[in-house]
Amino acid sequence: MGGTDGAGETGGAAERPGLSRRGLLGLVGTGVGAGVLGLGVGIGADRAVVAHTAGGSGAAATYPFFGPHQSGVTTAAQDRLHFAAFDVSDGTTRAELVELLKDWSYAASRLTAGLDVSPTGATGGSLAAPPDDTGEALGLPAAGLTVTIGFGPTLFTTATGVDRFGLASRRPAALIDLPHFSGDQLIEAASGGDLCVQACSDDPQVAVHAIRNLSRIAFGRASLRWSQLGFGRTSSTTRGQTTPRNLFGFKDGTANVKAEDTRAVADGVWATEGDGAAWMAGGSYLVARKIRMTIETWDRASLAEQQTVVGRDKGEGAPLSGGSEFTAPDFAAAASTGGPAIAPDSHVALAHPQNNDGATLLRRGYNFVDGNDELGRLDAGLFFICFNRDSRRQFVPIQQSLARSDRMNEYVKHVGSAIFAVPPGASENGWVGETLFA
Amino acid sequence: MTARPARLVHPLGVASGLAVVVLALTGCVANTPAGSSAATAVTVDGSDDGCVLSTTSVPSGPVTFTMTNTGSDNSEFELLADDGLRIISEKENIGPGTSGSMTVSVPAGDYYTACVPGLVGEGVRATFTVTDSGGAVEPTGSEKERIDAAAAAYVGYVKDQTGQLVAATDEFLAAYTSGDDDRARELYPTARAHYERIEPIAESFGDLDPKIDFREADVEPGTEWTGWHRIEKDLWQPSADANGGAAYVALTPAERQRFADLLTGDTADLYDEVTADDFSVGIDTIANGAVGLMDEVATGKITGEEEIWSHTDLYDFQGNLEGARVAFDGVRDIVDEEDPELATSIDDEMTSVETLLAGYGSLDSGYPAYTELTDADKKKLSDAVNALSEPLSRLTAALVS
Repeated sequence: MGGTDGAGETGGAAERPGLSRRGLLGLVGTGVGAGVLGLGVGIGADRAVVAHTAGGSGAAATYPFFGPHQSGVTTAAQDRLHFAAFDVSDGTTRAELVELLKDWSYAASRLTAGLDVSPTGATGGSLAAPPDDTGEALGLPAAGLTVTIGFGPTLFTTATGVDRFGLASRRPAALIDLPHFSGDQLIEAASGGDLCVQACSDDPQVAVHAIRNLSRIAFGRASLRWSQLGFGRTSSTTRGQTTPRNLFGFKDGTANVKAEDTRAVADGVWATEGDGAAWMAGGSYLVARKIRMTIETWDRASLAEQQTVVGRDKGEGAPLSGGSEFTAPDFAAAASTGGPAIAPDSHVALAHPQNNDGATLLRRGYNFVDGNDELGRLDAGLFFICFNRDSRRQFVPIQQSLARSDRMNEYVKHVGSAIFAVPPGASENGWVGETLFA
Repeated sequence: MTARPARLVHPLGVASGLAVVVLALTGCVANTPAGSSAATAVTVDGSDDGCVLSTTSVPSGPVTFTMTNTGSDNSEFELLADDGLRIISEKENIGPGTSGSMTVSVPAGDYYTACVPGLVGEGVRATFTVTDSGGAVEPTGSEKERIDAAAAAYVGYVKDQTGQLVAATDEFLAAYTSGDDDRARELYPTARAHYERIEPIAESFGDLDPKIDFREADVEPGTEWTGWHRIEKDLWQPSADANGGAAYVALTPAERQRFADLLTGDTADLYDEVTADDFSVGIDTIANGAVGLMDEVATGKITGEEEIWSHTDLYDFQGNLEGARVAFDGVRDIVDEEDPELATSIDDEMTSVETLLAGYGSLDSGYPAYTELTDADKKKLSDAVNALSEPLSRLTAALVS
């Protein structure tokens, strides 16, 4: 993040008194991130995606904040995550909520361009006042930062049925309250939320900087409910990325929906006007699940057991029915010892689209280790994030199937859960959520 | 919660460089020259235990108070805002048998008057009413003069609270050293409120705050732990489990007397510091004091770390909050002129915190132990403090720019 203003801004903006946020939006949208704009074609809004298919975003990468879709969905998954769920404060009005979304959008448009949160930033303001920007990202490039904003069910109707912001009638049918899944041991304080912000970057400091500053901007209007750091992506969202491994040591996301699969993205990720809530056209639904792994137990399981649980071989990630990583699994194939090569209750079998009426998820999860528990075990696992067009047809049936009989359940425990409607991207000079409040 | 400044809409420092335009204000400025022709005259008879005014209601506008000290000790006269804390104006050090006057321009509202014989304690107080005369009450003087007046009023407030602290500490320690622990426990949190209201000022005298207000965890090895919290632990004696595994050994009467004497002496030193002729504060000290008080709340009180034995953290919270309110109200007129949106925002958020805290009690009626609050209660308080502290953190810049 460059001192006060990056190269893309008109010189002297910081010194011009009375410059409004709206005035700045135009400046931010042009000139910055020019290195990647315009290169991508045919992949919807994440125009930068093709420029980075060589695997990861790279420190110099910037992704557009404005566009038909929000970045951070089909964007090539960055290496680091800071995810935050917020509750809107008691007494906050609809107008104040709108102002918060405008402020967040403005700040995010600057942060994702590698700029400080405001023109005066970390060091350009009055010596007698706290700086606008907290400063820990000074000198750091955007490192592919994306900021993705979503709305939880409770923003529309509280648990007790209160319509705080006149939004109840605007709640999309697809923004369901997630059902209880077998085995769920959810911690209330690590679940739900009125608003979410997903900050992803290849530099953890940049991701944390984004959440920290957006939290600060929200003081008095919304406060953090829970937040999660993730340190290693567990999915690839573009074909150019190598498949990463989760903390079980297995490749994760081999069969993920990739940005290049335009048909799958159109069918399974982006909501359309005809889906029920017109304001969500171009948006998606984010499901977050904090999945604790009992890795000590897993690590004592034999290689054969581990591979049977997953349904893939540990080294290559090939399905146990044979081939290499990207070979389609053959659930009918028999093992040499008799019985199916891929156990029907293996993770890959239960999660595969072929066994879920073709339902797919764009997964975008991260590994986490939150220190250790009181028993001296690593508090580790997978912070699962997926985007889908309608969780009723996609996430929920898949997760119900997994929760019911996945062999992996012996080694995992779902402790956090949330769902958010991720609205379409903001148009140039607009703000995220504009279609909802229109 | 009402309109807040969208902090990004107005880049910091915008107000700087603008010509200061003196607008009509509703505030008041102390000490216009005595003897202004139109001033309403009020005479005050201040004795050792009385404070009799010739009238307790005057029309808004300039008022000249003339106090005659008919008592046997030095005295002072104060006009306080309706919070009973903020000094509007004061006349200090009126010797026995002598008189002193002050003229102040006051808008309509409720006030308190106080004569303070002996210069410590809250003095002899009464309500005082200013009715609307129909005429505008405008501050006079340049901005610098009004800043100086605000600073002088704040110094008066600090002295007043310190004087009350001296008296309240004496009463508390009398109960403690006489073995009346119930009474001492009752007096402990309200006596401390005087300290909490002026904590950043007290902390500015480097060596005093450690002696008066250090918690056990703050003390370095080799340094004796003294002050309020040493006595707190003896009044709310912990179990061995809560005391690092060791049985707590109660202080003997002689030890109690010793710690009481130390606290009395340290509090007297604090009083001497703030009543010294050269004690003064700048406008930035006042504003930073307000910020510092809310920081105290955010770091010590919200976490329940300040009063780990008595759990009277909410009393301290209220004291800090009142101190921040006094500091802010004292400079409100000046902020209004520099950045009215900021002033409104601070006022609204401060009111939110005050309302929330009032839901738990008051200094008079008492507060529940902090351990009785749920995590959700604490988060609500914390959120409200954060909401206030963000705009408050820009107060100093608005004043000094």
